[in-house]
Amino acid sequence: MLYREAGQFKTSYAADQAVFPIRQDRFLIAAALLIAYVAVPLLGNEYWLLTIMIPFLVFALAALGLNLLTGYAGQVSLGTGGFMAVGAFATYKLATGFPGLNIVAVFLIAGVITALVGLLFGFPSLRIKGFYLAVATLASQFFLIWMFNKFPWFTNYSSSGVISAPQRAVLGHFYVTGAEANPVDKYLFVLSFVAVLAFAAKNLVRGRIGRSWMAIRDMDIAAEIIGIHPLKTKLLAFAVSSFYCGIAGAMWAFIYTGGVEPLAFDIDRSFQILFMIIIGGLGSILGSFLGAGFIVLLPIFLDNTPRLVGLEIPVNTVTNLQSMIFGALIVFFLIVEPRGLARLWQIGKEKLRLWPFPY
Amino acid sequence: MEFLDAVFVTPFASMWDNPEFLLEVLIGGLLTGVMYSLVALGFVLIYKASGVFNFAQGTMVLFAALTFVGMLEKGMPVWAAFLVAATVMTAMAFAIEWVVLRPLVNQEQIILFMATIGLTFFLDGFGQLVWGGDVHPLDIGIPKDPLIIGGVLVNEFDLVAAAVCGSLVAALAVFFQKTAVGRALRAVADDHQAALSVGIPLKTIWVIVWAVAGVVGLVAGILWGSNLGVQFSIALVALKALPVLILGGFTSVPGAIVGGLIVGAGEKVAEVFWGPATGGAIEDWFAYGLALVFLLFRPQGLFGERIIERV
Repeated sequence: MLYREAGQFKTSYAADQAVFPIRQDRFLIAAALLIAYVAVPLLGNEYWLLTIMIPFLVFALAALGLNLLTGYAGQVSLGTGGFMAVGAFATYKLATGFPGLNIVAVFLIAGVITALVGLLFGFPSLRIKGFYLAVATLASQFFLIWMFNKFPWFTNYSSSGVISAPQRAVLGHFYVTGAEANPVDKYLFVLSFVAVLAFAAKNLVRGRIGRSWMAIRDMDIAAEIIGIHPLKTKLLAFAVSSFYCGIAGAMWAFIYTGGVEPLAFDIDRSFQILFMIIIGGLGSILGSFLGAGFIVLLPIFLDNTPRLVGLEIPVNTVTNLQSMIFGALIVFFLIVEPRGLARLWQIGKEKLRLWPFPY
Repeated sequence: MEFLDAVFVTPFASMWDNPEFLLEVLIGGLLTGVMYSLVALGFVLIYKASGVFNFAQGTMVLFAALTFVGMLEKGMPVWAAFLVAATVMTAMAFAIEWVVLRPLVNQEQIILFMATIGLTFFLDGFGQLVWGGDVHPLDIGIPKDPLIIGGVLVNEFDLVAAAVCGSLVAALAVFFQKTAVGRALRAVADDHQAALSVGIPLKTIWVIVWAVAGVVGLVAGILWGSNLGVQFSIALVALKALPVLILGGFTSVPGAIVGGLIVGAGEKVAEVFWGPATGGAIEDWFAYGLALVFLLFRPQGLFGERIIERV
């Protein structure tokens, strides 16, 4: 009843091919954007914006990138952290090397550079499949992080190896990076990037490219036989995915933490993002957001629960307990719904078609 | 030019000048490789029998070693501590089969892989909660004196480790080839459905194979622990075992051994001779690079089953 497409007739091809063909979907998207753009900046305080909303959006972008590669094109990658690091360092080099360049352009070019690196590390995917490929992508993870640690050129010969993001503004005077940046400006900047890129991804996966990715994922030999070029398709998936991850890494370093350090992009980061797309739902744009929200909020929730309940537990024990609960919850979620939170939303929609009537 | 020289000329020149040193490095590397093989062996056993890519193997090694050390510190003799730790690992195999594997049966491999990562987090927390996060020194009386055999410096400890590893592999080979349980394990590894249809209980086999992997992990953990002390970093050995796995092939026990030796030796040689040219610490990724290049030519690894694809 609430979520039913009955009665919504399409009278033109354009209407029939819209991204969100159902009116309720359009309404929900508009409401979500309205809340994100208006309500959150108005109601959220600095803590909420800086420690919850911005990391959530950055992770969502990275998860989106990995989901394009793993969920849609079926190539499991454990090198996400490495690609994020490429994005972060490319942004840093570009921002310090060309101080006049607009920060938006800097992010985009950094994304393109990451895409090229991703292309390079995507080549083994033509020969190697499945877990062999997953382990092989770890090579990119370890190699890239080692490279950024080892060659001082990447950090502009800074002695500590940790560097802070320079001050940059968009539209004249809205500072989005650097020490004096305003949290609301930062948040809106990240949000706009994520919204545009998510919309682009949504369109990408329902077109020719996305369909060829899914064909490769489901059975690559069959896809090849029906005329999909595996080389081009897989490499394109790697490039696009790395583009997203690169921008996410740049935002992580420049907007969230305000400094670039290789340690922030170690293997744990890669696993974290893989968790997001598994928990959120493989092959789902919405799932990337749900998974990112879950993984970002869970540790915060676990951190604060004992204090709220009034228990005094030593810090060490809390860390270990957190790790246990986190692991157990992951296993629990996989058992309950292996296809992720996005699948739960889909089931909910099916229910809403009939609700409140029995059939 | 200087860089090219340092990469292509100097290392070979120094190898040529001092072959004994090269041999020493090589042997040291091979003996480290033995340890990698032990960890990789646990992976292979589980992957063969249940198709699960068990990321938790490294943490199982740590957990087993922590239990062993904990029992020693409570004043138990070595053999009793070993028995207790082996029992704990077996109990854990039951628990994992019951809680994790059974509900996830027939799921895609990546889901199972993720579940084992969840397991890793759980065991990390659990092990440190029970035994604490400190470094536990471990000494079970393995001699550690350097020996000189034919002009080459070798650590006695490494020889003992190699011997233990060798006998473990031999024991496993006998177990797999000669016992009824071993034959059932091989049948399951070959074909789950065929094994089921001739009446092999899959669930029992899974418990056995996880328990065996746990005991192999215990041996690996004791050896690593006597060398470096039992500490959290042992769990990271799993990351070293992964390139060994893809080099040797996920499904091959000899592959795990040979792969471990290749990775161990290659890593040491690269670090010693090419380290100066590249700024050192290339051990972190060298094994992965090696495995990657190797896979480009042989996608199934050294001894992996030939990949046959059908539509």
